Amino acid sequence: MVVPLIYYIALSSALFAIGVIGVLIRRNAIIIFMCIEMMLNAVNLSLVGFADHYQAIDGQMFVFFVMTVAAAEVAVGLALIVAIFRNKATVNVDELNLMKW
Amino acid sequence: MTISIPSITLSNIGPLLTLTVAGLLLLLMDALTPKGKKGYFPYLSLIALVIAAVQTTMLWNRSGTDFARMIYVDNFAFFFYLIFLLATGLTILISIKYLEDYHRNLEEYYTLLIFATIGMMLMAAGGHLILIFLGLEILSIAIYILAGLFREDVKSNEAALKYLILGAFSSAFLLFGMAMLYGATGSLFLDDLAQAIKAGVGTNPLLLFGMGLLIVGFGFKVSSVPFHMWTPDVYEGAPTSVTAFMSVGTKAAAFAALVRIFFLVFPEIKMEWNMLLWGLAVATMTLGNVVAIAQTNIKRMLAYSSIAHAGYLLVALVAANQLGAISFLYYLVAYTLMNLGAFAIVILVARKKDDYINIYDYCGLGFQYPALAAAMSVFMFALAGIPPTAGFVGKFYVFSAAVEAGYIWLAIIGVMNSLISVFYYLRITVLMYMRPAEADLGPVTMTPAISSAVLVTAAGVLAIGVFPGPLYELALNSVKIFVGL
Amino acid sequence: MLISYLPILVYLIISIGLAVLIVALSEALGKKTHTAVKDLPYECGMVPISDARHRYAVKFYVITMFFLVFDIEAIFLYPWGVIFKPLGLFGLIEMGVFILILMVGLAYVWGKGALEWE
Repeated sequence: MVVPLIYYIALSSALFAIGVIGVLIRRNAIIIFMCIEMMLNAVNLSLVGFADHYQAIDGQMFVFFVMTVAAAEVAVGLALIVAIFRNKATVNVDELNLMKW
Repeated sequence: MTISIPSITLSNIGPLLTLTVAGLLLLLMDALTPKGKKGYFPYLSLIALVIAAVQTTMLWNRSGTDFARMIYVDNFAFFFYLIFLLATGLTILISIKYLEDYHRNLEEYYTLLIFATIGMMLMAAGGHLILIFLGLEILSIAIYILAGLFREDVKSNEAALKYLILGAFSSAFLLFGMAMLYGATGSLFLDDLAQAIKAGVGTNPLLLFGMGLLIVGFGFKVSSVPFHMWTPDVYEGAPTSVTAFMSVGTKAAAFAALVRIFFLVFPEIKMEWNMLLWGLAVATMTLGNVVAIAQTNIKRMLAYSSIAHAGYLLVALVAANQLGAISFLYYLVAYTLMNLGAFAIVILVARKKDDYINIYDYCGLGFQYPALAAAMSVFMFALAGIPPTAGFVGKFYVFSAAVEAGYIWLAIIGVMNSLISVFYYLRITVLMYMRPAEADLGPVTMTPAISSAVLVTAAGVLAIGVFPGPLYELALNSVKIFVGL
Repeated sequence: MLISYLPILVYLIISIGLAVLIVALSEALGKKTHTAVKDLPYECGMVPISDARHRYAVKFYVITMFFLVFDIEAIFLYPWGVIFKPLGLFGLIEMGVFILILMVGLAYVWGKGALEWE
């Protein structure tokens, strides 16, 4: 039984939207990162789905690169969070408000 | 199973290879040499940049693709290579003293700048969506770290985290857009995308959805309204030299990829995107200029000014004719010179811990340091678009392109915006020459490096403003690849 | 179509039901006594020294980040492994360059003293 393409698109769009909402409403920097990861994985899902649909390898290749880049981004993000926690003892993004217009 | 290995010509990516080797070498040397013996790092990076620039000029007029169509080898990419190398070189010149004053041991800075430059070059040359994405991330991750370079400074931390969260957020949008384009056409090569659209998948909802997401993703990177919220905070909090690099480099790189995608892949469906970008351009120009008036922190003012300039560049993109593409390249060169020059002066005046960052600190600068004030006036005139500077010629080209393409109102709104911008740029000049000094600035140390950067930018702004011809020809040469315009 | 999945559904229902039933029965029938030793996380093992939710030294996070970055690069070795033979020397050289770049990163981390525990 072949899963129709539209299922992949719907599922990945839903995951992506959940990730976006998470980034917008959560206040803990680490949870925000997890939501961004979820958005990236939603993209991965749709890429794999399309690659399967077109019987092409490009989409799967792209997924490798997205995963690597996501890891690098998270490593930098964790380092920054550690640095901020040392200076301010909080990871709540609402309390990072030194600069306002 | 056999695999045919594509033929590759390494000289086609010569500048990239040079910079990669230089970056890795600096990284190794940074780890292996003892502290305090790394004063030559910036000069070594400058040498690498010069070599890369020479290689680029030797590649000029080559055309085609390489690495199995992954990389475009054309004058458009080379033009951008030169812009990026210029921006990075000037950034290194203006940051040597600034970094030494702040902290002794920050040699990663130069490695990261070089890696960021590689990322920008990949974005300009990428012929495949993976490569454009990778270039963007190499650039962005390097800049996330650079923005948080002052580890003990809470503002720098905060700027870096904000930039990282919003940068990653926007990358996700960009990626989703790329996935949708892949879904609509079945290929990730820009050439194939263009062909598929020509063959008539133009009305495919997946394609339009993907294009919209690309606009959102790139909109974040070039800080166009309404995706600009991060810009002022990040520009204010990051180290000033990094702000200078960010305001020029990331913007130019994101625009390079944006222009290539829109002029190469999407010209057939211009009807679908030109009104959208029209609105973005108007909103970006207007909001940037109006909010800049209210700023008293010069870094924030320049941040809003950079938003406004992104708006002018979007006007050139909307025009989507040959003059538009030329004016786009010309404007980017002019913007690179004038913005980096202005930031050089800001670094000189602000000193170590950003002590003098308020615009009223510039009161009376014209009497204390006439040369500095004169240079700053040149940059302010250029940013405001007053002849005979490069800013004027650039705006003239941009707005003529808009008129030529039939967007009269866009040009009128743009000109009105320039008039608004004159107010806050000239305010700096007025403060420098017509007000007595409020606070004692103390000695401003001019090192040869930063003086030469100021000199080069000021001379450049005036030179290409008075003689725009040669640069126009170069730009014309570079945009011939866009046959659809 | 879906009817072919029916055994899985039945299996799921039985296994979940059985699990719930056993826990519920032992809860209802068993005799409960609480002593200090019995309430420990490991009734017959190490005595816990403190609560699990305390702060760790930042060194652990640093090592985690290095692991994350270097580990994920291994992902590129798998496709290479799949087509190792057809790619031949070309692939070997390419991957050599790739791993060399990673080694430079490792050398940097090492040289900066980030791997030293004390």
